[in-house]
Amino acid sequence: MSISVAMTVNGKAVSGKVEARTLLVQFLREHLGMTGTHVGCDTSQCGACVVDVDGKSVKSCTILAVQAEGSKVITIEGLAESPDKLHPMQEAFRENHALQCGFCTPGMVMSAIDMVKRHNYQLDEATVRRELEGNLCRCTGYHNIVKAILAAAPAMKSAGV
Amino acid sequence: MTAATGIGARVLRTEDKRFLTGTGRYVDDLPLARATYAYFLRSPHAHAKIKKLDISAAAKMSGVVNIFTGKDLVDAKVGGLICGWVVKDKHGEPHKAPPHPVMAVDTVRYVGDTVAMVVANSYDEAKDAAEAIKVDYDVQPANIDLAKSFDKGAPQVHPEAPGNLIYDWEIGVKADVEAAFAKAAHVTKLDLINNRLIPNAMEPRAAAAEYDKGTGNYTLWSTSQNPHVLRLILSAFVLGIPEHKLRVVAPDVGGGFGSKIFCYADETMVCWAASRVGRPIKWTAERSESFQTDCHGRDHVTHAELALDKDGKFLALKVETIANMGAYLSTFSTAVPTYLYATLLAGQYTTPLIYANVKAALTHTAPVDAYRGAGRPEATFVVESIVSKAAAEMKIDPAELRRKNFIPSTAFPYQTPVALQYDSGNYPPIIDEAMKMADYKGFEARRAEAKSRGKLRGIGFSSYIEACGLAPSQVVGSLGAGVGQWESAQIKFNPTGNVQVMTGAHSHGQSHETTFAQIIHDKLGVPMDQIEIVHGDTATTPFGMGSYGSRSLAVGGSAIVKATEKIIAKGKKVAAHLMEAAVADVEFENGTFKVTGTDKNVPLAQVVFAAYVPHNYPLAEVEPGMDENAFYDPANFVYPAGTQICELEIDPDTGTTEIVNFTAIDDFGNIINPMIVEGQVHGGIVQGVGQALMEGAVYDKSTGQLISGSYMDYTMPRADNFPSFKLGYKVTPCPHNPLGVKGCGEAGAIASPAAVMNAVHNALAPVGVKHVEMPATPLNVWQSIKGAQRQAAE
Amino acid sequence: MYDFTYHRPKSVADAVKLLKDKPEARAMSGGMTLIPTLKQRLARPSDVVDLGAVKELSGIKIEGANVVIGGMTKHADVATSADVKAAIPALAHLAGHIGDPQVRNRGTIGGSVANNDPAADYPGAVVALNATVTTNSRKIPADEFFKGLFETALADGELITSISFPKAEKAAYMKFPNPASRYAMVGVFVAKTASGVRVAVTGAGGCVFRVKAMEDALAKNFSSAAIKDINIPADGLNSDIHGSAEYRAHLVGVMARRAVDAANK
Ligand SMILES: Cc1cc2nc3c(=O)[nH]c(=O)nc-3n(C[C@H](O)[C@H](O)[C@H](O)COP(=O)(O)OP(=O)(O)OC[C@H]3O[C@@H](n4cnc5c(N)ncnc54)[C@H](O)[C@@H]3O)c2cc1C
Ligand code: FES
Ligand code: FES
Repeated sequence: MSISVAMTVNGKAVSGKVEARTLLVQFLREHLGMTGTHVGCDTSQCGACVVDVDGKSVKSCTILAVQAEGSKVITIEGLAESPDKLHPMQEAFRENHALQCGFCTPGMVMSAIDMVKRHNYQLDEATVRRELEGNLCRCTGYHNIVKAILAAAPAMKSAGV
Repeated sequence: MTAATGIGARVLRTEDKRFLTGTGRYVDDLPLARATYAYFLRSPHAHAKIKKLDISAAAKMSGVVNIFTGKDLVDAKVGGLICGWVVKDKHGEPHKAPPHPVMAVDTVRYVGDTVAMVVANSYDEAKDAAEAIKVDYDVQPANIDLAKSFDKGAPQVHPEAPGNLIYDWEIGVKADVEAAFAKAAHVTKLDLINNRLIPNAMEPRAAAAEYDKGTGNYTLWSTSQNPHVLRLILSAFVLGIPEHKLRVVAPDVGGGFGSKIFCYADETMVCWAASRVGRPIKWTAERSESFQTDCHGRDHVTHAELALDKDGKFLALKVETIANMGAYLSTFSTAVPTYLYATLLAGQYTTPLIYANVKAALTHTAPVDAYRGAGRPEATFVVESIVSKAAAEMKIDPAELRRKNFIPSTAFPYQTPVALQYDSGNYPPIIDEAMKMADYKGFEARRAEAKSRGKLRGIGFSSYIEACGLAPSQVVGSLGAGVGQWESAQIKFNPTGNVQVMTGAHSHGQSHETTFAQIIHDKLGVPMDQIEIVHGDTATTPFGMGSYGSRSLAVGGSAIVKATEKIIAKGKKVAAHLMEAAVADVEFENGTFKVTGTDKNVPLAQVVFAAYVPHNYPLAEVEPGMDENAFYDPANFVYPAGTQICELEIDPDTGTTEIVNFTAIDDFGNIINPMIVEGQVHGGIVQGVGQALMEGAVYDKSTGQLISGSYMDYTMPRADNFPSFKLGYKVTPCPHNPLGVKGCGEAGAIASPAAVMNAVHNALAPVGVKHVEMPATPLNVWQSIKGAQRQAAE
Repeated sequence: MYDFTYHRPKSVADAVKLLKDKPEARAMSGGMTLIPTLKQRLARPSDVVDLGAVKELSGIKIEGANVVIGGMTKHADVATSADVKAAIPALAHLAGHIGDPQVRNRGTIGGSVANNDPAADYPGAVVALNATVTTNSRKIPADEFFKGLFETALADGELITSISFPKAEKAAYMKFPNPASRYAMVGVFVAKTASGVRVAVTGAGGCVFRVKAMEDALAKNFSSAAIKDINIPADGLNSDIHGSAEYRAHLVGVMARRAVDAANK
């Protein structure tokens, strides 16, 4: 069954024809060629696919493209203001070496931003670790990811993002 | 060179920007016009004969382009997958080498064995069609229980390996070791299982291939840690495509940990089928497929005994191990439990006599091969577990017993009884520093405080050594390796002065684009943003062996240094000409050639320009251009060493373990970038703790189904399982490579399982628990406590 | 995933009609269970009826002595609701410990309760608090709702519209997560409400169940000491690589005592 979908991705109106079974992540990757959002599992557990839909952090591998009809979607590609001006969370990941192979990174960064906002820019280490339950990383041992998120929270606050 | 970006500086990574903005390029990201998609039908049985395989209905389904089976490969005379390391058994006979067909022909030998490949216009259509393939299996009994593999009546995996035995291998002189045991004041015995692990790089394996009819050239994109090796295997042994007609590209790769070293059936098929299908083919594993078909790691059953004199000096060690190979021999499988394992059994100690016997077994499970540390974690686990057990039995402080037996710093180079010659090291200051950082002195007070809260607190040591920087070619060649293990580098200046450095190593998280550039910057003075590190493409990089065994920097980095030396040597000749001086009077420093004792100088960029526009140039003596190649074959392995201390608390009511403190002090030789080294250690520790407390591949003992086949059942370490770690360094530079570096990629994972398990045993000793196997899950710990209580009651 | 026909009705009535008309149709709330099931090709519905646009199903209301939660209300909304936190903090706590933040942003109470996964958390709260499940056609008391492994009293095409939880005098939920999946390996919800003391156990068996002996003991003396000698038989409990039946039985005792202590805090 072929269905038309239209949504806003990173501020740009996009549309396409999908099957009912097309997942949002497939729509992003295969239809729009936005391959920054990754797929790391088939049981909705790894978080490599996390994006923001209408202000909520979601796993784009567990939502149909048609369910995002009319939504505002933000992906890893939509965070940096310009190639030279990264989002404070991206900057903190770089500063703190919170990524190695980079595969989990898009989902990590998206989850991290959501976490900081939900906690009103105030986080402690235990909270960060607990909030990362849905994001697996096999490279970093999480140590530097936690550090980066703790560093980004005040930076996001002062940058007003 | 500036201190801020040269060797030793904490330089932020060059690769980060693309990964952080979603512009990395992993195999699955490739846009290939007119692509088809592959889906592999895998065996649902651990052992079965294929009575009938009927693809007729599937072939007619919508979108299907082609279906291939094992028989097609036989007809096309495609070779089998190979094992690249010939291990000779104790009688000098080469190991048994059963065939490993790319796709099963008449028998399937593990759940996940490849049965057919469906190529269709979309992935879903390929999968739909695969469901319509009718396979009539005659299910056979399966050999799943490693410890029983050699039993009479155990189901046989391959007729070529009677009794499921691949080799019976030994190192050391058994009689000498037995004689030492006869004189021992104390013998500590230990039975243990080194649990089977599933690597789980977050990027699932993937492959894509394209065939150019006009030139006859194939391009294979693969999630490989070593594209040149993959090409060599595919060309020389499996597909027969000449090497110059096959380009293998490993673009950004999302972690490997060993699992992406090997040559697998699926990538082989994608490449082979590309010319037959006539359109590009893409394939990406689903995670459940990765669980079943990625090579697994570890999986040993071991009995060890340590003989000590009355003061606790180690007299001898003997070890018997059965190592699981799985159903087929993967690329490096045979070497892992022999040359990468038994040769490490001396650890950091002066144990004068060691005997090890390793029997490799076939089972109806996924192939087992190198996984982060490969053999060395298994060895460290044996040594560090038995040392701590001996300390407990003899009531000697575990740190004290270790210190008593450390190889003294004056003894290097040190020849161990198990073949290796350690080049350098200084172990006592490492353990001292670790104990200080972990506040070992304060432990008993913390234990008492924990007890008041109903918790059992324990502390554990692990003093590891590893041999990495694989490897001196002639040494490994004499031991049966099918390849050399040098590394290559090419430094190619462009006329405008920026530089591209091609390496045969491959980065899948290790940060070569940054650290290798730091070396260039340090040696040649080229600004960081003028340096590009190129890796992962057989078309653009010189032949090289890829990245595994913590070899990239020690071997690949050394090749780069050699190439910089050639650049400088050539540059001096050009500079001498430009400055009208004698070559002998020219020196090079901070990117500038100078005439000694004068203020005459010419920057490297100008020399490079002159080399490409040789109008004023010594053409009679020097070739134009500035492009140098180097190959580096290491003189020895490198020997990183360190001590980890783990402190944890167990809730005896639930069996839950919480790590409360984790300290690691390492000697990695000189450090190029401390930030990156720390990251490697963090990741390694977590994988090792994962092995100790959480992870375990579980097959159903009778059916051979993989029970831990998804993240629902395979426990992956998550952020909330850990505290932040405390790290530190001691440096004894490696004496035989030009950078003085040792490897750091595997150390964390090598040492940590023993540190954790020693702490678990330390915590549980007061309640009478003698032994807990890994993974020490809540269930496992609770059952151990319960068992000890029952025993005490009897 | 097999393909299907997608519907997005705007009212319960339209949704029910679609489900009745298409016998192979499945309702979808958050999709956090349904979509993974479809991805693994474990189900093949002809139609998927997405309840996402049915506004009347979402929201949390206080109705007298009850907290009424719409079927489509997300776990995250229950976890952070000031009303739930004030009336039954244990319920907010439970919702805040389901899965991860992303799952909580989409998964719903109706979907969870309708699915009745033996390792799900909500069934513990529904039974212990003696809640009432309201559907498009009737009201079902908690004790009659959960029938067995993935089985409920819901008829084909019947939708959960809301669940009404009586306020509790004391309540707490203790979850021992499965180390891999983090679903409940054992979860014990203890509640003291107007209708008495209830102890509901999820994760341990094929379906949520009550522990009568504990309820009786706690009714007399609501303290963990009162139940310290009550052992749960391991017979019939779940057993897998993460927990034997014996271990689960033991954990029920530990989690129940901890829940009582937490409820008394
Ligand atoms: C990674 C992960 C971790 C999780 N961890 C936990 C956990 O720790 N604890 C836990 O309890 N759960 C957990 N879950 C499950 C989660 O809570 C689900 O959200 C929930 O079980 C189903 O809710 P849903 O709204 O997503 O339902 P859906 O997936 O949309 O539907 C589930 C089933 O219920 C039916 N259904 C849906 N809505 C209704 C309705 N209103 N009336 C009748 N039938 C309906 C559907 O037809 C379907 O059969 C986890 C899920 C994931 C992906
Ligand atoms: S891809 Fe793993 S959670 Fe979405
Ligand atoms: S950086 Fe590789 S998985 Fe996280």
